[in-house]
Amino acid sequence: MNKREILDEYFIDSRSKLLEVASFLDRLSRAEGASDYRMASLASALNLLNDDQPEKTRRILECFSDPTNEPVDAAPGKGASGAWPGFNGKAG
Amino acid sequence: MRYIEPHAHMVSRTTDDYERMALAGCQVICEPAFWAGFDRSSAQGFYDYFRQLTGFEPARAARFGIRHFAWMCINPKEAEDTGLAREVLELLPEFLAKPNVLGVGEIGLNKNSRNELAILHAHLELAEKKDQMILIHTPHLEDKLKGTRLTLDALREHPGIRPERVIVDHVEEHTIRLVLDAGCWAGMTLYPHSKCSAARAVDMMETCGMDRLWMNSACDWGVSDPLAVPRALQEMRRRGFPPEVITRMAWDNPCQFLSQSPKFAVES
Repeated sequence: MNKREILDEYFIDSRSKLLEVASFLDRLSRAEGASDYRMASLASALNLLNDDQPEKTRRILECFSDPTNEPVDAAPGKGASGAWPGFNGKAG
Repeated sequence: MRYIEPHAHMVSRTTDDYERMALAGCQVICEPAFWAGFDRSSAQGFYDYFRQLTGFEPARAARFGIRHFAWMCINPKEAEDTGLAREVLELLPEFLAKPNVLGVGEIGLNKNSRNELAILHAHLELAEKKDQMILIHTPHLEDKLKGTRLTLDALREHPGIRPERVIVDHVEEHTIRLVLDAGCWAGMTLYPHSKCSAARAVDMMETCGMDRLWMNSACDWGVSDPLAVPRALQEMRRRGFPPEVITRMAWDNPCQFLSQSPKFAVES
């Protein structure tokens, strides 16, 4: 597919998904209380969306990932939150 | 178009789902042992689950002309209790010998803990000893990258395991190259929110090629889609892939991997 064909096929869908993110951020800003570590990763990911580098999907996934190498001493439950609490704000 | 669903948890699905999958062209389903959404209280609970995977589900699938195969293990979400896990490991040889069981899976890590890693190694030792194929689950979301690295490191500690007989499932854009570079097969899981979409799966095919790659739904008791594979095949048609390339992802690739088990006697 060329760029025009990709735009014809996927632009409206991507526009819709972007508006969902914007609406989520608006909802969050209207709400009372404190934010948490997940927003630091999300904010960095949003910056990656608008840079001029390739492989945005991979880099955004890395931005949300635990980059450490050592196994943890015990599993802290079973679930995952989608972002790593130790994220330092530096995204690839 | 006929297709193989290489990873589905049909014990959690209705008989209607079998019918819908058959109508969509599904002729083979492979079902790895997994977490039921709650922790079982004893090894006996697993024993009954394994009986379901090797007896009841193949019969339910056969009503719709679908061949059903299974993989055996204690899943990583229940591996933190190493005492229970080792009891379940003792049950596995009996079920690995069943005619529809293709190997050990889905093993791996969930929260990347030391206990999970110990039980992963115990499964790898069993697979090595019994010359079994292996299906590996990689962790969710923020734990996936680290878990994939730890898993590939663990595999390298077992020289008797040939990477081409291992599929590492649930890859995404940040893990797929690690898996393929290690010589393993990679599975892309089409699962809402926590894994990848049809469009992203086809993007990965376009950027990484189609060698040693399959797609699955991993449909289970959560919000998930038993028809995710045919929907992804439709995404390939949307992008203009020729029929023979779509057939490669629908049938040829999973058939190539699974046929390494002599029990997978399915027409190629």
